[in-house]
Amino acid sequence: MMGLIILVGIFQSWNIALSIFNLCLISAVMTMGANIQWGYAGLINFGIMGFTALGGLAAVLISVNPVQEAWSAGGTNILLSLLLIIGIVLAVRLVLKKYQKSKIRGYIIAAIIISGIIIIRFVSEPGIEAIEEVNPAKTGFLGGLGLPIIFSWIAGAFFAGGLAFVIGKVALGLRADYLAIATLLISEIVIAIIKHEDWLTRGVKNVIGLKRPAPYEVNLQQTDWFINLVEKFNSGKLALISDITERQAALNQFVIEGSSIFVKLCYSGLFLVVVIILLILTQKALYSPWGRMMRAIRDNEEAANAMGKNVVKQHLLIFVLGSAIVGIAGAMLVTQDGLFTPGSYRPLRYTFLIWVMVIVGGSGNNFGAILGGFVVWFLWIEAAPIGLYLVNLTTAGLEDTHFLKVHLIESVPYFRFLMMGIGLLLIMRYRPKGILPEKIEIK
Amino acid sequence: MAFFEANNMTGGYGKGPDILNSCSVNVNRGEIVSILGPNGAGKSTAMKAMLGLLNLKSGSVIIDRKDISKLSPQDRVKEGISFVPQTKNVFAGMTVEENLEMGAFLLNQDYTNVIDEIYNLFPILNEKRKQFVGELSGGQRQQVALGRALMIKPSVLMLDEPTAGVSPIVMDELFDHIIKVKKTNVAILMVEQNAKQALNISDRGYVLVTGENRYSGTGKELLNDPGVRSSFLGG
Amino acid sequence: MDFLNALILLLNYIFVPALAYGSQLAIGAIFVTLIYGILRFANFATGDMMSFGTMVAILFTWYFQSLGLSLGFLPTALLAIPFAILFMGSYMLMIDKFVFKYYRLNKSPPVQLAMVSIGVMFVTQAVVRIIIGPSDRRFFDGEKFLIRASEFKNITGLNEGLAIKSTQVITIVVTIILVSTLFWFLNKTKTGKSMRAYSDNEDLALLSGIDPKKIVMITWMIAAILATIGGVLYGLDKSFKPFTYFNNMLPIFAAAIVGGIGNPFGAFLGGYVIAFSEILLTYAYKKFFMYVLPESMEPDSLIQLLSTDYKFAVSFSILVIVLLYRPSGIFKGKIL
Repeated sequence: MMGLIILVGIFQSWNIALSIFNLCLISAVMTMGANIQWGYAGLINFGIMGFTALGGLAAVLISVNPVQEAWSAGGTNILLSLLLIIGIVLAVRLVLKKYQKSKIRGYIIAAIIISGIIIIRFVSEPGIEAIEEVNPAKTGFLGGLGLPIIFSWIAGAFFAGGLAFVIGKVALGLRADYLAIATLLISEIVIAIIKHEDWLTRGVKNVIGLKRPAPYEVNLQQTDWFINLVEKFNSGKLALISDITERQAALNQFVIEGSSIFVKLCYSGLFLVVVIILLILTQKALYSPWGRMMRAIRDNEEAANAMGKNVVKQHLLIFVLGSAIVGIAGAMLVTQDGLFTPGSYRPLRYTFLIWVMVIVGGSGNNFGAILGGFVVWFLWIEAAPIGLYLVNLTTAGLEDTHFLKVHLIESVPYFRFLMMGIGLLLIMRYRPKGILPEKIEIK
Repeated sequence: MAFFEANNMTGGYGKGPDILNSCSVNVNRGEIVSILGPNGAGKSTAMKAMLGLLNLKSGSVIIDRKDISKLSPQDRVKEGISFVPQTKNVFAGMTVEENLEMGAFLLNQDYTNVIDEIYNLFPILNEKRKQFVGELSGGQRQQVALGRALMIKPSVLMLDEPTAGVSPIVMDELFDHIIKVKKTNVAILMVEQNAKQALNISDRGYVLVTGENRYSGTGKELLNDPGVRSSFLGG
Repeated sequence: MDFLNALILLLNYIFVPALAYGSQLAIGAIFVTLIYGILRFANFATGDMMSFGTMVAILFTWYFQSLGLSLGFLPTALLAIPFAILFMGSYMLMIDKFVFKYYRLNKSPPVQLAMVSIGVMFVTQAVVRIIIGPSDRRFFDGEKFLIRASEFKNITGLNEGLAIKSTQVITIVVTIILVSTLFWFLNKTKTGKSMRAYSDNEDLALLSGIDPKKIVMITWMIAAILATIGGVLYGLDKSFKPFTYFNNMLPIFAAAIVGGIGNPFGAFLGGYVIAFSEILLTYAYKKFFMYVLPESMEPDSLIQLLSTDYKFAVSFSILVIVLLYRPSGIFKGKIL
């Protein structure tokens, strides 16, 4: 696999190779999250997209500097609404505890929730409007905490885990395919909220220019040690150029290229650390008594239940853990992109593609999950060039202006869907346990 | 030679161990034959083997002098063998009448008179013909199940524990219905847990143990046999 | 007079659009529920199968238009539907033969079939995009309006106009015909009843001599009819875009589950439940109250319960609530 990425480096460019590699790492993290839920516990989570987006939101809320004006304009209203929400939740819990289950109790709860929502709307609306009017071209939202973005990786885990806790409480009792549909729809609700609550997320106006945990290219290009490093690295090539001005120009070119590669390498390093830590933890968990119990629950829920294992609690735990890992990946993704675009979260890319990775890699096997992330992401990116090559090959007999050839070349980007679909179908049919099947050694 | 007979059946599920060991059962038209035995004796398995739901290693199944050992279950249905499973033996989401119609799925000719016959046999079904079977009581459901199986006018009716899970009163009523069916010249073969009551209405019976015939004889003989009494009828 | 105006306002902005949208969802939901009830899996390729059928219909429409064929004031696409259905049916049977059959014969768990349907979703999506491209296409021709808002105002002398698009009428009429034929088929014919029996109790159906191969084939053919017609109606009323069709899968699922999955009649009603609640909850009632209430009490805000951005979110929330309190759906389907 690494060989393939290196080949891309040699034939296309190191820049592309590294961006593929970085996204492979992020995909691997997402896949590990989904794999924990599906492979360890047999839970289908089709809400990966929602958890990814929440991780991304965490990156925004942690790293962006707070917008003081917006806070003074509408902060109090927002805080008040937050308090109201907490109040509603507490009130509902109180009613649930104090009264027996009955129709009247249901009505009371409904009344509390509905009146609460109406009050919140009255309280929050002026605040939201005020916030969104503060310099809408640039801010128009509350901003974040102004902390280093790397903290958002942890915050992302908590965000996603928190949402997973709520969903899990509600939906984990459902049968497998119901759970899949429910999580898919809930993740759409999450995206709808992120897209449209501009005061919190800027919505479809996007948040750009997020802080970085790595140096900026522009700064690097003016740093002496970096220029020296690039010079040393390329000394062989530079020596061939005799003219000094030309050599200087070539060096500049190398520095510019080198700086973006260097930045990407920084990200790769950070992501690699995350992947390795997660891999160690998940492997440890898999072989621990806890992992054994999870497999027991997955393979025979009733028997495990009868033996006194709390299936519901364990399912909830693993649902939260897996989703938290996906949240980390979401934050990593936004960190590397440096921007948060709620409009780009689509179920095909962030839910179904991840599932292809899980199935192809081998569910229940952490190495399989990582491999799946790498293979599938690589194919997803390289499908277009491969498709183009295939189209040219099969239509070699046709003239360049032939309508079929033109049409096919135009539709090359969609070959990736075809490739994913056929790949998934072939794996499901002939290797239903994935490339690296689950293998539990008894120690 | 009996009308419907299974001779020396040996076999089990898939590649598992043999459950039946040279087990033989036969039944004539107008006769009720019960298969009894302890749990795991292979009673239901014997019945499923006769229906073609598992592959036999050896032995034969013969109806009306015709060897049907190699036929699929669907083709055996066409030979006039009807089966009422122990559970899930009705279409709960369909009406009584539709259940009966589904029983007649293989018939190509008009079957309204058959439905009328079934209604004569089970008058309660006529009353509830437009009701969903899922809404009926347990005993009524068993009548629907019997009625559905009788729609093809079978020559052999096989019942897998028809009285499982119904109250003693309903059980007596069901046995009455089974006797009525017998009088229409049908060969009835049933597996039963309520051994005493079953033997009371049976012409003959078999007691299977570990897939082999242990005792056989008329209902009275078995009821009075000290060996059968002590081990299966609770003294 | 004000009361009439208010009524027309609701008719124009809520009732008619919701009825048309609900019909489109209802057809899709019956498609989902049939596949679930008889083939026993949640079909995640629903939206893309509908888009495939629509694409074929569009290609036929273009072909007929190039021949100069038309139906006068009706859209040419209606003429293309039967051909598209044939094409779609063979596509579905082919998918079944090469993909789903294997898992059915192996008695794979439903989850595995659902995963397989995701593979089919990817492939179908690719095929559609490669053939017709991802862009937005309108293929409606013929008369656009049955009644224009301005004409309505002239005739009745009211302030509010009622505009009825011909596509809305076509949608509703076709849905009524299609759905009543389907229910007649399922409830009155021998084949239809045997399909219900197979869905109800597979083992007993086999014991009764019902041929599973035939049931599966008929199911796919009905699915092809539903997918194509549902897709074409939606495309005529709005427009055809593969991505939108993929997304429509979500409210369709919601409708099927709300109605009680496996229960075609429930799915039919579920479509309207979803459509009406989406539109009722996101409509701004300001104008309505301006007509109904005396001048002194007129509202100054929009009186909108939720912003239109949350349209989809509404149907999904309904689904979540139904799942929590009545997992078998409002109209009792299979309990999952």
